[in-house]
Amino acid sequence: MTADRRADRAALLVAPAAAVMVLLFIYPFLHGLVLSFRPAAGGALASYATFFTNRSLWPTIFTTLRLALPATIANVAFALPVAYHMRRRSRYQKVVITILVIPMTLGTVLIAEGMLTYLGPKGWLSQTLQLLHLASGPVRLTHNYTGVLLSLIVSGFPFVFLLMLSYVSGIDPVLGQAAATLGATPWRQFRYIYLPLLLPGLAMAFCLAFVQAFSVFPSAVLLGAPAGPTRVISIAAYEAAFEQFDDSLASCVAMIMGAVQLIVVSAVLGLRRALYRGPVTGGKR
Amino acid sequence: MNYFPQGRMQGDFASLRLERVTRRFGGPGRPPALDGVSLTVQRGEFVALLGPSGCGKSTALNCIAGLIALSSGAIWLDDERLDALPPERRGFGMVFQSYALFPHMTVQNNVQFGLVMRGVPAAERQRRTARALALVQLEGHEDKLPGQLSGGQQQRVAIARAIVVEPRLVLMDEPLSNLDARLRLEMRAEIRRIHRELGRTTIYVTHDQDEALSLADRIVVMQDGTVQQIGSPEEVYAQPANLHVARFMGFRNLLELDVDAVAGGEVTLRGAWGALRGTARQSIDGPRAIAAIRPDEIAIGPAGGNAIAGEVEGVEYYGRDCLVEIRAAGGLRLFARAPGRLERGATVHAAVAPERVLVYPASRP
Repeated sequence: MTADRRADRAALLVAPAAAVMVLLFIYPFLHGLVLSFRPAAGGALASYATFFTNRSLWPTIFTTLRLALPATIANVAFALPVAYHMRRRSRYQKVVITILVIPMTLGTVLIAEGMLTYLGPKGWLSQTLQLLHLASGPVRLTHNYTGVLLSLIVSGFPFVFLLMLSYVSGIDPVLGQAAATLGATPWRQFRYIYLPLLLPGLAMAFCLAFVQAFSVFPSAVLLGAPAGPTRVISIAAYEAAFEQFDDSLASCVAMIMGAVQLIVVSAVLGLRRALYRGPVTGGKR
Repeated sequence: MNYFPQGRMQGDFASLRLERVTRRFGGPGRPPALDGVSLTVQRGEFVALLGPSGCGKSTALNCIAGLIALSSGAIWLDDERLDALPPERRGFGMVFQSYALFPHMTVQNNVQFGLVMRGVPAAERQRRTARALALVQLEGHEDKLPGQLSGGQQQRVAIARAIVVEPRLVLMDEPLSNLDARLRLEMRAEIRRIHRELGRTTIYVTHDQDEALSLADRIVVMQDGTVQQIGSPEEVYAQPANLHVARFMGFRNLLELDVDAVAGGEVTLRGAWGALRGTARQSIDGPRAIAAIRPDEIAIGPAGGNAIAGEVEGVEYYGRDCLVEIRAAGGLRLFARAPGRLERGATVHAAVAPERVLVYPASRP
């Protein structure tokens, strides 16, 4: 058997995964797309017209962006220096990584419950701050914008951190050493060597984290003010589908949600194209 | 002009001194990677640290560069204590085994990186980078990325990048070990030429004795984290201080024999095949000793004075000569270089001048 044939046969192994993608992702997506153009009443674009004229619908795009963008930026901004400092293997590295990654295993609902208990107006944080006279009244970190933003940061950070850690540890440490022997201080080693090599990965991590944050739902309901400041786009879709039973409008909201994500991701990946994306080692190994 | 106000990055010095430099990795139970190494390097010298892998030579170089901290000991550049300074304050140029070129920077930016870090003005940077690239014969490649260059070219960029800052000391860590045999010879000549032209003090780490012999003014042979011998290439080649060095310098025949007589420096050794006279390199007081003989210092003939008689057991043809395996009475085996082919089974005499039979005490009693 030729090597080509064998490769063809191996390609068949992708078939089950591809089938799942088609059945669970591509088909529902196309179904939703068609549905969004088939409203119960009016022309093909009636659902879209409703969305962009209704004051309880179109602003959800910006409400969601106002949560997802800062949360993503904060996560990337926190994860980069932490991952950079963890790039060298050490005894405590594993412990720290485990602690940092635990929130990922908890799930958003559990995080929300925890935050409600600890960070709520009667939680220990609020009580401690009042006891120390650092706050005059109950500290409100839940049932508002801050609560949702915090929960997005807590649940999104481990993911971004793990991604960044793999990018950082992929960079040959001898490059930093070479820069050091040439007179670069640790900050300049980061600025001129590590950062440029990390930027493409940073862009990828940003995109993945943003898409996750933009589809926020449970924490926006549990920790936020779902009627007002944290009425995110997924809540609008949920209400259309399960309270108004308007499948077309719900699909339309979902499509718009996807489009916004796509626009942001394309913009970031467009910027990424301008960056160096080659190997991250300096010569032969 | 001093571009580096926070430290004496440039300028001349008389000598670099390593004082009992020790470095341990891992727990206290493990033997140190570097164990009390002392060494003085004079300005302008080309010193090779030579030894098998794991002997501590790269650790020593990294200690000098500041990339590995010392466990104890000190490093001095004249009266300036270096070992507490971070690498970026030492002002040394280093060439890494893996080249360590910055993959996202052009050749130009790689080479001028050290000048940028020193705040050298753009016009001077341009001029010095061009000069360094001319020195390594890489004009016209300024705008390429390292990934677009061949291994030899990458190595030249690495050398240019290290010397463009006019470092007080050039450190090279097995710079040629990733190149193929032909390119290695070419680059060796290149490194020698650059050292001759610039006269920069250079410490060169290698496991290749030919490289060390052909490049260095002085060779430091290392083993198990300690210095075994420091000497000129001629001394190290002809008069290895101990068995470790002899083994490493191509004394392929290490024959453990009975000591018959010791008279001054001359030792007579005995085997089932007869007696062999040699020269003691260390004091011989045990009943057994090891005779170290280089295969190319043996003359094969029908009869000889100071010789071991034996039978030809195998011949490996090498073009210029043959490597002959000789089996003497009592099972003794030795290798010799012979200009022509020899018949297997022929009886020959492997003759060596007594001063070329170096005798060392047997390590175990």
